[in-house]
Amino acid sequence: MRRFALISVPYIWLLALFLVPFLIVIKISLSDTVISIPPYAPTLTFSEGWGGIVAFFKGLDFETFEFLMSDDLYWKAYLSSLKIASIATFMTLLVGYPIAYGMTRAAPEWRPTLLMLVILPFWTSFLIRVYAWMGILGQEGLVNQALLWLGLIDQPLVILNTPTAVYIGIVYTYLPFMILPIYSALEKLDDSLLEAAEDLGCSKLSAFWLVTWPLSRNGIIAGCFLVFIPTLGEFVIPSLLGGSQTLMIGKVLWEEFFSNRDWPVASAVAVILLLILIIPIVLFQRNEQKQREAEG
Amino acid sequence: MVQVATPKPVFAPWDDPTLAPLIQFKNVTKRFGDFVAIDDMTIDIYEREFFALLGPSGCGKTTMMRMLAGFERPTEGKIFLGGQDIDAIPPNRRSVNMMFQSYALFPHLSVWDNIAFGLRRQKLPKDAISDRVNEMLRLTRLSKFAHRKPHQISGGQRQRVALARSLARAPKLLLLDEPLGALDKKLRQETQFELMDIQEKTGTTFVIVTHDQEEAMTVASRVAVMDEGVMVQVDTPARIYEAPNSVYVADFIGDVNIIEGRATQTDENVHIVWAEGQPNIVGTATDASFGVGDAVHFAIRPEKVSISAEKPADTPNAFEGKILDIAYLGNISTYYVKMPSGQTIKAQTANTRRLSRRDFTWDDSVWVSFTTTAGVCLKG
Repeated sequence: MRRFALISVPYIWLLALFLVPFLIVIKISLSDTVISIPPYAPTLTFSEGWGGIVAFFKGLDFETFEFLMSDDLYWKAYLSSLKIASIATFMTLLVGYPIAYGMTRAAPEWRPTLLMLVILPFWTSFLIRVYAWMGILGQEGLVNQALLWLGLIDQPLVILNTPTAVYIGIVYTYLPFMILPIYSALEKLDDSLLEAAEDLGCSKLSAFWLVTWPLSRNGIIAGCFLVFIPTLGEFVIPSLLGGSQTLMIGKVLWEEFFSNRDWPVASAVAVILLLILIIPIVLFQRNEQKQREAEG
Repeated sequence: MVQVATPKPVFAPWDDPTLAPLIQFKNVTKRFGDFVAIDDMTIDIYEREFFALLGPSGCGKTTMMRMLAGFERPTEGKIFLGGQDIDAIPPNRRSVNMMFQSYALFPHLSVWDNIAFGLRRQKLPKDAISDRVNEMLRLTRLSKFAHRKPHQISGGQRQRVALARSLARAPKLLLLDEPLGALDKKLRQETQFELMDIQEKTGTTFVIVTHDQEEAMTVASRVAVMDEGVMVQVDTPARIYEAPNSVYVADFIGDVNIIEGRATQTDENVHIVWAEGQPNIVGTATDASFGVGDAVHFAIRPEKVSISAEKPADTPNAFEGKILDIAYLGNISTYYVKMPSGQTIKAQTANTRRLSRRDFTWDDSVWVSFTTTAGVCLKG
């Protein structure tokens, strides 16, 4: 009985903070838009007794999902989000891996400082940092001014409000999530493994590909998921840096909610987004599980 | 090969001036900043030798091995392998393989792939790799575990995988860095004989680093006792034990009584004054020559000291004392006999009989004695 009580605490937590809100979102997605407060119907009322509840369930339908299928804006937004998230994850890996590798190669007394520098951006608001990038990437921004001053360009480059700016923003924001798991995987790597590889005929480069890379694979996979999953639904970065050119589902969702006040459609978008995200989340959990088994 | 009908000669290539050594250290010095790890070392190691580097931690033995493997370069001097200066050759192009102290098995590869790792780098045909790996698995009795990962096998098995992997490329020279350090005593003893067996079968030259003197004595054809970057003595295990060239070596290997004194008479024997009121110790002069008045350290192993109730008549080296302590070790007993002058002499007797009453007990007055050739006279 006591064991049951103990286990029930996290489950009640999950139920209250994840499952109940999610059920509410599903319910809204099955409702119809009306001009009222709240802006959807039907609403569940218990005052009319059993008949009211039956009427409530009869009012629910899949109209919004059918609408999502019929309008290609949504499909395009999902696909474009998947594409941007995939490319951005790959770019974050390209930037993050050498940084993590360099950190593990640094003198041990420097490592805490370097780790600190990676985490440091979290100390300021995410929003402010993205706004700062607007200042850096804009027509009059630091990048353009520097390039003009160096004489590399005559006309300021258009970076802000393009996909390029979105990629820069995502790579910058999510870089620590890529670096930290890779760093922790590389830090565990025993140097004598590399010496053994060299001793057995590897050049330094092939020792990296045959030993370091495969042994940091779990860190790479973890880092990629940690970047990919939140990037897929990212809203702030595309709306601030991407302008109107960048189509991402997070932005569509925000516009449905706040510009169109179409809560059922917005909820349906969110439900489908979650269904898409379940696949990488499950894969991520399996990777973590496998890693724990290999270590234990 | 032609079989010659003579008794098998003793394996002692270091005594044969016609043989060229496999490894030559010529005035090698290695410094790390101000710290001198290896100090002007010159040593020859011959083919098929099982050469042990023995010394306390920090004596430079691991540095020496890492220079042979190519992970460190000498600050001064040259190292030759098979007559070739190996300074410019990187570790991956030396026909030297190393068995690491931590074994350094690749955790993401199976036992089979670990052993095949070095062979694949040689770009051998698939069949040749597979034959060689299977041969190595048989040699180290690991065939059953070929498809396990390193974390799925025991410490002793991991040690054998590391050995198989380092032998797979048939190196001219195999370096073993504290190979048995992680094993418990029983397994270690078994593995020592296994190592010797494998060394004999493959004909590879082995250089082993160890801080366990028993291990060095068991496996090695020659032992080098090192201290602070210098080889104090390089010799066969028997000579290291019976004819140490210094107090350091005598003290480092096995148990020993060191008696300090002064030479009074130096004919074919050295007579040593060592304590007031005691007769002189008469010892055989070794390589070192002593003049009258020179300081002498007389080193004698406890098992060469006998203990008796009556004064033995056949040796000048007989001294009376009192039993201070007795250490019963099962197979042997060590008696700590205190001399009237204050020194303690250890004497060992083998417990050849079970259930016999012990002849001596605490505070008994006894005579310790040894022959004139039992000990060695050392300068310091």
